[in-house]
Amino acid sequence: MARAEAPETAPDPTAAAEAATLEVPPELVAQSLGEWFRAWLTRIRSGDSGVLPVILALVIITIVFQAISPHNVFLSAGNLVNLFQQSAVFIVLAMGELFVILLGEIDLSIGYAGGVGAAVTVQLVQPATTKWPWWAAVLAGLLVCVVIGALQGTLVTRLRLSSLIVTLAGLLIWQGTMLIVLGLAFSGYPSLAGLDSNRQVLYNLMNGTIDPVISWIGAAVVVLAIAALLWFGDGRRRRSGLVAPPVSLTLLKIVLIAIVATSVVAICNINRAAFGTQEGVPWVIPIVLAVFAVWMTILQRTRFGRYVYAIGGNPEAARRAGINLAAIRTLCFIICTFTAGIGLLLYASYLGGMSGNINGGQLVLYAIASVVLAGTSLFGGRGKVIHGILGGLVIGGIYNGMGLLGLDVRWQFIVTGLVLLVAITIDSLSRRSATSGSAARV
Amino acid sequence: MGQVIKDSPAAEPRFKARGVDKHFGPVQALTQVDLDLYAGQVTALCGDNGAGKSVLTKCIAGIYEIDHGQFFWEGNPVHVRSPRDAARLGIETVYQDLALADNLDIVQNMFLGRERLRSGLLNEDDMERAATKTLADLRVTTVRSIRQPVASLSGGQRQSVAVAKAVMWNSKLVMLDEPTAALGVVQTKMVLDLVRRLRDRGLAVMVISHNLNDVFEVADRIAVVHLGRLVTQGPASDFDRQSVVDYMTTGASSRSGPRTDADGATSGTR
Ligand SMILES: Nc1ncnc2c1ncn2[C@@H]1O[C@H](COP(=O)(O)OP(=O)(O)O)[C@@H](O)[C@H]1O
Ligand SMILES: [Mg+2]
Repeated sequence: MARAEAPETAPDPTAAAEAATLEVPPELVAQSLGEWFRAWLTRIRSGDSGVLPVILALVIITIVFQAISPHNVFLSAGNLVNLFQQSAVFIVLAMGELFVILLGEIDLSIGYAGGVGAAVTVQLVQPATTKWPWWAAVLAGLLVCVVIGALQGTLVTRLRLSSLIVTLAGLLIWQGTMLIVLGLAFSGYPSLAGLDSNRQVLYNLMNGTIDPVISWIGAAVVVLAIAALLWFGDGRRRRSGLVAPPVSLTLLKIVLIAIVATSVVAICNINRAAFGTQEGVPWVIPIVLAVFAVWMTILQRTRFGRYVYAIGGNPEAARRAGINLAAIRTLCFIICTFTAGIGLLLYASYLGGMSGNINGGQLVLYAIASVVLAGTSLFGGRGKVIHGILGGLVIGGIYNGMGLLGLDVRWQFIVTGLVLLVAITIDSLSRRSATSGSAARV
Repeated sequence: MGQVIKDSPAAEPRFKARGVDKHFGPVQALTQVDLDLYAGQVTALCGDNGAGKSVLTKCIAGIYEIDHGQFFWEGNPVHVRSPRDAARLGIETVYQDLALADNLDIVQNMFLGRERLRSGLLNEDDMERAATKTLADLRVTTVRSIRQPVASLSGGQRQSVAVAKAVMWNSKLVMLDEPTAALGVVQTKMVLDLVRRLRDRGLAVMVISHNLNDVFEVADRIAVVHLGRLVTQGPASDFDRQSVVDYMTTGASSRSGPRTDADGATSGTR
C-alpha cells in the first residue's frame, strides 16, 4: 500500500535544476513566440515531443496515399469526407477508451458493449415492431451501455478484479448479447434504410449533410466562440500576472483553428457526387466535435477530470487527498462504454443498419491504438481528448488508404498492428527515459 | 492514564493519542502508544528506522485505521477514519514519500482534493494566485513556473511543494515526516524556519527527523518511538543528545530525561 519512501540523500541541486528546465513546457516560461519556439525545440530534442509525431504521421500518410492511390483519389473531396466518416467511429471510441486508459486500466469490451447499445437502438426503431421514436431508442441504447459500464466498473473497483480480464470476459459476453438482441425480432438484421423519417434520423447521423451555407455559418460561429474563449481567457490571465502564453501564440492557435475549420468546410462543400449533387458538412462532424468538447471540458475543467489524472499519476496521493477512488474509477468505466455506445451508433448509421458481423475486437484495438499513438500513456495519468481525434484520423487514414489500394482486410490488420506496436514502443521508451531521469533527480 | 508532566503547558493538548495499537498482518507496528501534541509547540518525534514513526503519522492522518486506542482532539474523543476526517479537524501532513502526483502541476497538486470552483468548473486563476502567494510566503523562489509538472522538479523543490501544500489551509496541527531528508543546508534552514513560524502562529507541529541537530534546534518537546512503543516524551530541555540516542537505540536511558507520563513506558529502564 505504502509507496517507496523518499531516499535520504540530497541531490546535486544544479544538475537537478538543469534537468528541470528541459522539461518545463515551453508555453509556461516563454515571453515571446520566438522564445516559445526555441523552448519547444529544446523539449522535442529532450524526447518529449507532444503531438508532433502523430501530426507528422498524418502528413506522411496523406503524402504516401495521395501518391500511390489510383488516380490520386486519396485527397479528393469524396474520399476525404468518407475518411472523416470512417475515422469518426475510431475517434469516438478512442475518446471513450481514454478515460479508462488515463487510470492505467483498459477496457477491451467497448466494441461489443457499444454494439449491444446500438443493436437495442436499431431494434427499437423498427417500424414493423416496436416503432420507438428515434430519440427514445437512442436513450435506451445508451442507457444499456451505462449499465454495462457500471457493471464492469464495479467488478474492477469493488472486487479489485483486473480490468483486462473483466473486459475480456465482457468482450465475449457482450458479443453474444449483441447477437441475441439482433436475432430477437427478425431473422435478418435490422436495417436503418427506409423511408420513414424516424429511421432516417439515425441513418443521417453519418450520411446526412448540412446545407453548405449553414455549414459556413456554423463553422464561423464555432471558430469565433473558440477564438473569444482563448483570447479573453489568456488575456485575463496575462493581465493578472498568471501563467499565460504570449499574445502571438494565442493568435497563432486561433489562426490554426480557423484554417482547419475553413479547410474542412471547404472540402465538404465541394460537390462529391458522380451524378447530381452531394455537398455540405456531414452531421457526424459536429457530433464528434460535441463529444470532444464535452469530454474535454470534463477532463480539463472539472474536479472529476482532475481526479482522473491524479489517480492515473499517483493513486496513493489521490487517496490521501481524500478522493473517492472507487467512485471516480467506476464513473470512468461508465463514461467509456457510454461513449462506445455513441461510437457504435455512428457505425450502425454508417453501415445503414446493425450487423452481427461487426468486428468489435478490431474496433477496440483501433481505439486503443488511436490514443496511444497520439501520445496517451498506457501506464495512466498522461493523455488528452485531442489524442482521440488525431490518432483516430491516423488509423482512419490507414484504413481508408489501404482500402483505396485494394488491399483487403488481411493487410489492414497487419499494418494497423505494426502501427500499434510502434506507438506502444515509443510510449514505453519515453516512459523509461522519463523515469530514469526522475530517479536521477530525486 | 499517566500523571501530568511538570512544566508542560497546563492547557489540554490539542491532540492526544491513548493506547494506540496498529498491526499489519503479523507485524505489530504500534503498541500502546500515548502521544500529546500541544498548540504553539513543536514536538519532535524521534526513532530509529522502522520504529513506527511513519505509521503513527499515517494513523493520525487517517490513512490507516487504528486497531485499538483513542484519539482526542482538544479534549474530545474523535474517530479519524479517512484523510477527509483529518482535514476536517485541521490536521495536515507532509508525508515521507511526499504523496505528489508527478503528472500534475504544482498548483494542481497543492489543491488536490480541495479544488476551488466557479460555477461548477475549476477556478484555476484563483487557485494559481493562492498557490503563488503560499510559495512566496515560504520563500520558495527556485521553481521556474508554478504550472510546471511536479515530475520536472528537483527533490528539494518537491519537498517545498509538499510542505506548502500542507500549510496553505487553516490547519491546526501540521505533521512533517522527515521534511528535511532530501534537502540541502539552505533549504533545511528554510523548512525549520517555517516550522517555527507555524508554531508562532499557534499551530501544533510535529516533526519527524533523524537529525538531532535539527531536533534540538526547533523542538519544544521530544517524543521517542522504539520498536512501535512510545518510550518517552517531554520538554526538550529534559533531554540531551545522548539520552535521545539511548532512547532511540535501546528504548531506555540511564541519563537525564523526563519523568515518564505513560505507565510502564520507561519501566524497562535497566
Ligand atoms: N503498509 C504496511 N504494511 C506492512 N507493514 C508496514 C506497513 N507500513 C509500515 N510497516 C511496518 O511497520 C514498521 C514501522 O514502519 P515505519 O513507521 O515506516 O518506520 P519509520 O519509523 O522509519 O517511519 C516497519 O517494520 C514497517 O515494515
Ligand atoms: Mg518513516
